[in-house]
Amino acid sequence: MIRSAPTGLSAAPKRRSALLRQEAIDGYLCILPWVVGFVIFTAGPMLASGYLAFTQYDIAFAPKFIGLANFQQLLFGDPLFWLSLYNTAYFTFLFVPLHLLFALIAALALNLRVRGISVYRLIFYIPSITPTVASAFLWMWIFNPDYGLANAVLGIAGLPPQKWLFSETLAKPSFIILSLWGLGSAMIIFLAGLQAVPESLHEAAAIDGAGVLGRFWHVTLPMLTPVIFFNLVIGIIGSFQIFTTAFIATQGGPDNATLFYVLYLYNQGFQFLHMGYASALAWVLFLIILGFTFVQVQVSNRWVYYEGGTDG
Amino acid sequence: MDNPVGEQVKSGLLPTPGLASGAMTAKAVRPSRRLGWISLRISWYVVLTVFSVVLALPFFWLVSTSLKARGTEFLVPPQWIPQPIEWDNYRIALFESGLPFTTFLVNTVLITTFNLIGSLVVGSLVGFGFARLRFPGRQTLFLCVLSTMMLPGVVTLIPSYLLFKTFGWVNTWLPLIVPTYFGGGAFNVFLFRQYFLTIPRDLDEAARMDGASTWQIYGRIALPLAGPVLATVAIFSFLDNWNNFLGALIYLNSLDKMTLAVGLQAFQGVRQSDWNLMMAAATIMVIPVMALFLFTQRYFMRGIVMTGMGGR
Repeated sequence: MIRSAPTGLSAAPKRRSALLRQEAIDGYLCILPWVVGFVIFTAGPMLASGYLAFTQYDIAFAPKFIGLANFQQLLFGDPLFWLSLYNTAYFTFLFVPLHLLFALIAALALNLRVRGISVYRLIFYIPSITPTVASAFLWMWIFNPDYGLANAVLGIAGLPPQKWLFSETLAKPSFIILSLWGLGSAMIIFLAGLQAVPESLHEAAAIDGAGVLGRFWHVTLPMLTPVIFFNLVIGIIGSFQIFTTAFIATQGGPDNATLFYVLYLYNQGFQFLHMGYASALAWVLFLIILGFTFVQVQVSNRWVYYEGGTDG
Repeated sequence: MDNPVGEQVKSGLLPTPGLASGAMTAKAVRPSRRLGWISLRISWYVVLTVFSVVLALPFFWLVSTSLKARGTEFLVPPQWIPQPIEWDNYRIALFESGLPFTTFLVNTVLITTFNLIGSLVVGSLVGFGFARLRFPGRQTLFLCVLSTMMLPGVVTLIPSYLLFKTFGWVNTWLPLIVPTYFGGGAFNVFLFRQYFLTIPRDLDEAARMDGASTWQIYGRIALPLAGPVLATVAIFSFLDNWNNFLGALIYLNSLDKMTLAVGLQAFQGVRQSDWNLMMAAATIMVIPVMALFLFTQRYFMRGIVMTGMGGR
């Protein structure tokens, strides 16, 4: 049968495979810029940083291999490493839950069809796109101990003025407050999630006698868990890397109370030119973030509800 | 997973009848329910108002301070509306601050433009390759794209710096621009791919039957249909580059090369106690972002929704 096949038919698969090969070649050409960029600007530097973490390197002289000395130093001989880690963890674990909570409340408040809701949405969202440097300036001024808005507001409420960013105890909470100002993008993601909840579910629950709170607890919240999960993962990755605001507003002070991890890394790398040590710091941060993300993904299938299966 | 992004976007931010129809059902049930609904509605307005005031106040303070005459920003209690309104602050901040502020502005515009073009051209091409062309290893390589999206940028900071230093690119714009042309940014690639997946395949097949090459399909079919995602990527590319602080801080060290983000930080050193001028300078950096947002709100929201939903 095969032998007797007309030539026209045997030519077709050949032409088809030529087309497929052409498609594959074109495909590789399309993604070529990314592949080159990935190798040179991501994978290469990753590996290089992995190597540098085991060296002593100050740019002036070639990297000198010193084994695990950098890691020994940062784990056992460097209080600032632990302090910066503590500061960053303090910030992350207070900021991220508050951030999610307020963003969710804001999204719930915006998920209502009333006149002028788009103006509210604008007001809620705009702070989150304010350039970081500009917002750092603004908040330094707001937290100014002598003339700032924050103390003016406290004064109206009859409370004593505070030193905010200049106070060892209040500096980190001040960072949490100013970061909460940018709840807009998490809020928009929540809002989209809220609006993707099928109306039929709400109606079914209402017919079953569920009140507003009941529907929120049993319908809205479970349907929202994937979005909460996303905002949680992104939020943690982002807050572990807090840098710009601290660099501009406090430079780590007072008394290292706002020496966040990346700020410390920057100081080690670009101020003291301890490139090897800074690379070790970078890898430790990477592993911490990776670990957190991994744990969250593992734990997520206990509380994140994916519609239509658990393939998420 | 490969949920058509267009659909999500369409359903994403349209006002839903959610709570409005909830009101209908509540009305039909019991008076006590109705009372509960009214109190809920009132508390909703309270939440909206409180959030709006808290979020808008810092912004108001920024603009208000930027218009205060020298010295009046230190009045206690503070003036909410500046008396007199000093527009001259903006002229001083732009031209007489002692720093080449207009140069910072021009530099930022140029770098942002270069990167905007790069992320559109290269990002769309790579995204097109991943979405529309079949080639061995496509899934694995796309996983690499996704994982670089989650990669903390700090990990590659030190080796990237060393790499660009060996290229002799320190204190040039090249480290801030060239990587964009090699990959277009993982996030942008992701956005383009998701979008191109929603275009029906029949279009490609029909064009191929007519003898169109891959490049013709990309240029004549895919790109003309990609308007919304091009807009979204353009906006986020603009924001990223306008705001980029760490990159500019590390690579640019002479005043004539600096961008607004680092220039503003230098401004802090020169005009430390002139808070009105610092706020004017910050406002100048904020204005283009606000303008862009007001004109392209739809695409902004869509972009954020696409990220959020992409994480599902």
